[in-house]
Amino acid sequence: MSDPVASPFASERALKRLRRRRAADRRFKWYGRLAIGFALAALALLLASIATQAVSSASYHVVAFDLNLDKKTFGTTRPDDPPPVDKVYGLVRSDLLERFPEADTDPALRHELMGLVTRLAVLPVAREIVRKPRDIGTVRRAALPLSDDLDLFLKGATARHLTVPVGRVEVDEDELPAVTLTGAGAFEHVIAVASLEAMPELGSPGAGSILMTAGASSLELTRLTTSEATGNLLTGSIDDFRAHPVRARLIPAPESERTISDRQIAWLLALKADGRVARVPHWSLLTHTDSTQPELAGALAAIVGSLLTLLITAALAIPVGILASIYLEEFAPQNRVTGLIEVNINNLAAVPSIVFGLLGAAVFLGAFGLPRSAPVVGGLVLALLILPVVIIASRTALKAVPQSIRDAALAIGASRMQTVFHHVLPLAAPGMLTGAILGMARALGETAPLLLIGMVAFVAEVPRGPTDEATALPVLIYSWATQAERAWEPMTGAVILILLAFLIAMNGVVVFLRRKFERRW
Amino acid sequence: MDGTLGEKTAPDKGVLPDAPEVAARMSCRNINVYYGEKQAIYDVSLQIADRSVTALIGPSGCGKSTFLRCLNRMNDTIEGCRVEGEILMEGENINSPSIDPVLLRSRVGMVFQKPNPFPKSIYENIAYGPRIHGLAQGREDLDEIVEKSLRRAGLWEEVKDRLNVAGTSLSGGQQQRLCIARAIAVRPEVILMDEPCSALDPIATARIEELIDDLRKRYCIVIVTHSMQQAARVSQRTAFFHLGSLVEMGETDQIFTSPRDRRTEDYITGRFG
Amino acid sequence: MLSELGHLPMDFLLLAAAVTLASFGFIAGRLRAEQFSFSGDIHPNSRPNAHGYFVLMWSLVPVVLVGLGYIIFGEGASRAVLRSELPDGFSILTPGELTTYLDTVARAARMPGFLSGERVFDTVTERYGEIRGTINLITLCIAGALSLSGMVLARRCLSPEFRARQHVESGIEWFLFLCAALAIATTVGIVASLVFESLRFFSEVPVWDFLLGTRWNAQTSAEFGALPLFFGTFMISFFAMMVAAPVGLFAAIYLSEYASRQVRAIIKPVLEILAGIPTVVYGFFALLVVAPAVRSVALWINQLLIAWGLADGAVLAAQPTSALAAGIVMGIMVIPFVSSLSDDVIRAVPQSLRDGAYAMGATKSEAVRQVVVPAALPGIIAALLLAVSRAIGETMIVVMAAGQRARISPDPTSDLTTITVQIVSLLTGESEFDSPKTLSAFALGLVLFVITLLFNLVAINVVKRFREKYE
Repeated sequence: MSDPVASPFASERALKRLRRRRAADRRFKWYGRLAIGFALAALALLLASIATQAVSSASYHVVAFDLNLDKKTFGTTRPDDPPPVDKVYGLVRSDLLERFPEADTDPALRHELMGLVTRLAVLPVAREIVRKPRDIGTVRRAALPLSDDLDLFLKGATARHLTVPVGRVEVDEDELPAVTLTGAGAFEHVIAVASLEAMPELGSPGAGSILMTAGASSLELTRLTTSEATGNLLTGSIDDFRAHPVRARLIPAPESERTISDRQIAWLLALKADGRVARVPHWSLLTHTDSTQPELAGALAAIVGSLLTLLITAALAIPVGILASIYLEEFAPQNRVTGLIEVNINNLAAVPSIVFGLLGAAVFLGAFGLPRSAPVVGGLVLALLILPVVIIASRTALKAVPQSIRDAALAIGASRMQTVFHHVLPLAAPGMLTGAILGMARALGETAPLLLIGMVAFVAEVPRGPTDEATALPVLIYSWATQAERAWEPMTGAVILILLAFLIAMNGVVVFLRRKFERRW
Repeated sequence: MDGTLGEKTAPDKGVLPDAPEVAARMSCRNINVYYGEKQAIYDVSLQIADRSVTALIGPSGCGKSTFLRCLNRMNDTIEGCRVEGEILMEGENINSPSIDPVLLRSRVGMVFQKPNPFPKSIYENIAYGPRIHGLAQGREDLDEIVEKSLRRAGLWEEVKDRLNVAGTSLSGGQQQRLCIARAIAVRPEVILMDEPCSALDPIATARIEELIDDLRKRYCIVIVTHSMQQAARVSQRTAFFHLGSLVEMGETDQIFTSPRDRRTEDYITGRFG
Repeated sequence: MLSELGHLPMDFLLLAAAVTLASFGFIAGRLRAEQFSFSGDIHPNSRPNAHGYFVLMWSLVPVVLVGLGYIIFGEGASRAVLRSELPDGFSILTPGELTTYLDTVARAARMPGFLSGERVFDTVTERYGEIRGTINLITLCIAGALSLSGMVLARRCLSPEFRARQHVESGIEWFLFLCAALAIATTVGIVASLVFESLRFFSEVPVWDFLLGTRWNAQTSAEFGALPLFFGTFMISFFAMMVAAPVGLFAAIYLSEYASRQVRAIIKPVLEILAGIPTVVYGFFALLVVAPAVRSVALWINQLLIAWGLADGAVLAAQPTSALAAGIVMGIMVIPFVSSLSDDVIRAVPQSLRDGAYAMGATKSEAVRQVVVPAALPGIIAALLLAVSRAIGETMIVVMAAGQRARISPDPTSDLTTITVQIVSLLTGESEFDSPKTLSAFALGLVLFVITLLFNLVAINVVKRFREKYE
C-alpha cells in the first residue's frame, strides 16, 4: 500500500462509489431545502388563509331604509330613555312588508322576511335617536347591515350560486303564482351548467334550486326543459319578465341544507335590483363591541381590554424586570441564592403559559379575592409570565456594555450605584427596551392564562377601568373561531389581522431601535 | 469522469530549477489568492518534491497557511475566497472545476495547527476516513488499517489498550499524532501540516518532528512552521514567503546558510518577523 | 358614615399618601442636611440630596408595606369578618355558593347608593361597606403613623458624619434584590398553589386512581382517571415532533452549513416569525384549514380501502377535529424552537472539526452528518427537549383543534383530549372553586408543571454544559 500507484482510487469501483457519495451529498442538501420550503410554505399558507378570510370581511352589505321618525311614535323620547329598538325595528318591518306584500299574509313568511335584517341591527340608530332627539319628525336614511348569511351569499361564500344569462323569453301566464317562460333552446345553457354542477333534476330529493330573475322579480323553477321553464313567482310581478332580460341563478345546495331560503334570496335580489343594497367598508369591526350577531359584532371592547391589560403588564414587568436584571448582572454576589434565581428565571421562561393561568386563578382570584375577568388580574398574570423574558433580554443588553465603561466611572470615584445608573443603564437602555417590547408582544398574543382567570366572558361594554369586566383580542379570536356559524370565520380572520398588525408594529419598533442604536464596541 | 485524478502516471520528472535531482509531486504556477477584494497571495510558483519535507516559512500573515490550503483546496470552504493559477498534480490542474475536491483531499491529507480529533473514540477517529472512502473490506481489514496507521504515527503502544476512549481525552501531543494517524489512514500521497507543533510542549514537539522525519520516506510532506529551527531540523527544502509573495526557495541548508535574498537573510537572522 | 368610607378610592389614597409623605420626607432631610453643610468647616460625608433620599426612603417604605398588605389581605379580612357575622340562615350555602354570594355583595358595595330591594342582601351589603370602611380607615391611620415615625427617626440619624449615600444605596440594592427575588416568589407561588389545591383534590380522589385510571369524565360524573389525557398529550406531542424534528433539524443544518450569508439573513428571521405568531392564530388555522384537510384525506383513504376490498367499513375515524391536525399545526409552531437552538449549537461547533473532516476527503454532507451533528448532538437534543416541553404545555391549538373526548385510541384521525384542554374546560365558565372538578384542574396542572420542569431542567443543563465545552 505504500506504492501510491496502487491506490484504490484508480479503480472503476472507486469512481462509482464517489458518484454515489456525491449523489448522497446532493440529496442531503435537498432535504435541507425541502425542510425550509415546508416551513415557509406552512407560514405562507397560514397567512394566506387568514388574509383571504379577512379580505372577505373587510367590507359588508348594508340595506338602505328610509325611517320615518314621526312625532307620534317617538315624540316622548327623553335623553336617558333606553334606546327605542323595537319602535325602530317596527319601522324597518313595515318598510319591508310594504315592499314585499306577499309576506304580509303568512306569519311564517313574515318571520322569514325579517330574517333579512336582525333586530339588534337597528341598535345604533335607536341610540342615536335618543342622543339627538331633534331628528324626530324627520325621515332618516339609515343603512342597516344585512344579516350575516345573506351577506355571505352576496359575497359568494356560503350557498354558492352561479348566474347564467338567459335573455328575452316569452312569458305564459298560467294560474298565478305559476308562470311559464318559453323560448326555443333558451335554457340549453342553464341545463348545461346544472349538469356540470351535477345538480339532480328539479323536484327530486337533494336537488338545489334554480331561480329565474328579471328586474326585481324572481321565479322559483319547478320544471326545466331546453325551451320551457315553469315555476312559481316568489316576489315581484310577471311584467318584469316581459320588460327585462332574464337571468338564471343556480344554487346547487338544496334548500334544506342551507341557512337561507329561496324566498329570502329572491327578496334580497329584489332589494339589490332596487339599488338599496350596497357593499361598504366594515368599519363597525373597529367601532362595535361583541355581539351575538356576526354582522353587528366588533372588536372595540377587546382592543380596549387588551390595551388596559398590557398597560398593567408593562407597568409591572418592565421596571421590575429591568431592576432585577441590574441586580443580577451588576450587584449579585456569586452565591447559591443568585445561582438559584438564575436557574429559576431560565426555567420560568419555559413554564407553559397555562400554568401561570392556574397561578392567577388560585392566588389572585382565590387567595387575594381580586375580581374575575378584570384586566388588572390579566395584567398581573401576564407580567409574571413575561418577567423572565424581560430579565433575560435586559441582562443581555447589560452584558453588551463593555467593562471599560464601568472601570472609567469607578476610577473617578463614582459609587457602584452611580456607575450603573449614570453610565451603564443609558447605554443598555435601547437593548432593554427592545427586550421589553418583545415581551409585551408575547403578552399581547397570550390566550390560555386569560381564559383561566375568566377573561373569556361575553363583554358587550367597553371596559372603562382595570377592574371592569373585559376580554382581550386573542380571547376574542378564540371565542369567535369556535362559534358554529360560518359568518364568524371571516370576522375572526379580520380580528387576527388586527392582532397581527399590532404585533408587526411592535416588532417594527424593535427593528427600528436595533438599527438606530446598534453599536459595536 | 475525466480529471478525477483517476488515471495514475508516474510523478512528474519535470525539471526543478532549484533541485533538479528530485521528482516534483506538485507544481504550482502563478498562484494568486483573494479574500473578497483583498489579495493574499501574489503570483507564487513553486514545485514540491516527492518523498521529502518542504517547509514554508515566513512572518505571520505572509500567506504561507493560505498557500498550504490551496494544495488540497481547503480554501473552498471559506466563503469569498478565490484561487487563481495552476496547481499540477500528475499533470492535472487540481483547481479545475472538474476535479472533485473530495477525491483530491483523500490524496492530499492535512494536519492542523490545533489538534482537532473528532469527538469520537480513538478507533472511530482513525476508521472514519477509510470508511467514507470505502478502503476496508470488513472489520478485520479496518482493524488492520487502524493499527498500521497508529503504529506509523507512533501512537500504537500508548493507546492500543484504550481504543474506545474518546480521542479528545488524549494529551495535546497524542491528539496531534492521532490526527496524523487519521490523515495517514486514508493512504494519502501528500500530507500538509499547518504549524502542527505550535500548540504543543517541547517534548511533544520533538516526538512529532521525529515522526515527520520518519514519514518522509513514504510521503511527500509540506509543513508550515513558525520556528526556523524546526524548519532547519525537519525539512530538506524551504520556501520563504513574505507579504504574500514567494521570496526564495531552495535546499534548506542553502537557505539557512547562504540566502540569496536580503529579506530572507533579515528574517533568518531575526531582524524582523 | 363608615360605609361611605368603604367607597374610598384606596389605591389612589395610598398612592397619594406615599407621594406626599415621600416628598415631605425628602424636603425635611435635605433642609436638615443643608443646615450643617453650610455651618462651619466640617465637610459632610454625603451630599444634601443623599440625606433627603435617606429620609424619603424611611418615610416611603412603611406606606408601601402597609399598602401591599392592604391589597393582599384587605378583601380577605373584610370577608372573614362579614362571614363571622352572617346570620345562621346562610349556613345552608356551600362554601362555593357563599363565595359567589360574597362576590355579588362586594360588587354591589362598590356601587354607591345601589339597592337591590332585597332586604337581607342590602343589609349584608351595607354591613360589608361598613367593615370595609373600618379597615380602610385603620389602614390609612397605620400607614400615616408608621410613615411619620419613620421620617422622624430617620431625620434624627442625620449628621455631617452620617453616611447617607451608602445607606440609600444599600436600600436600593435591597430593592433590586427583591425585584430579582420576585422570580423565585413566582415559582414558589406556582408550586404552592398547585400543590396545595392538588392535595385537596387527592384527599378526595386517590392519587393512583387519578394517574392510572382510564376513565375521565370530570364535567358530568366524578370520574378522574387521567390516563386518556396523558395519552392524548403524548400522541399530539408525538405528531408535533414528527413534523418539527426533521423539518427544524434539516432547516438548521441547511442554514448553518449550506446557505449563503444573504439567504440566511432572510430565511432565519422569516422562520422565527413562526414563533412570534400567537398560538390562538395557529388554532384558527388548524380549525379552518388543516383539520378539514386531514378529515378529507382520511375519508379518501377509507374509500380507497373499501374500494380495494381491504376493509368493510370506515377504518379511520375521520373526525372534524383530530389529534393529527392539532399535532401537525403544533409541529409547525415549534419548528423555530428546534431550528433556532440547533442552528446556534451547530454554529458553535468549531470550524477545526469541519476542516478535519474535509481534509480527510469527506464530502460536505459526510462532514455534517458524521462529525458536526454528532458534536452538536447534546445541544440538538436539548433543542428537541425544549420543543417537546413547548408542545406538551401548548394550550390554544389543542383547545381549538384536538377535541374534548377523553379516550385512548391509536387512530390519528380521531379526536383526543389533552391535559391542557381539560384544564381550560374545567376552569372556564362559572364554577365553584372548591369542587373536586375544579381541583382536578390543579392536579393536572401539577402533572404538567412537573413534566415540563423535568424536560426544561435537563435541556437547560445540557445546553449549559455544551456551551462550556466549546466556548
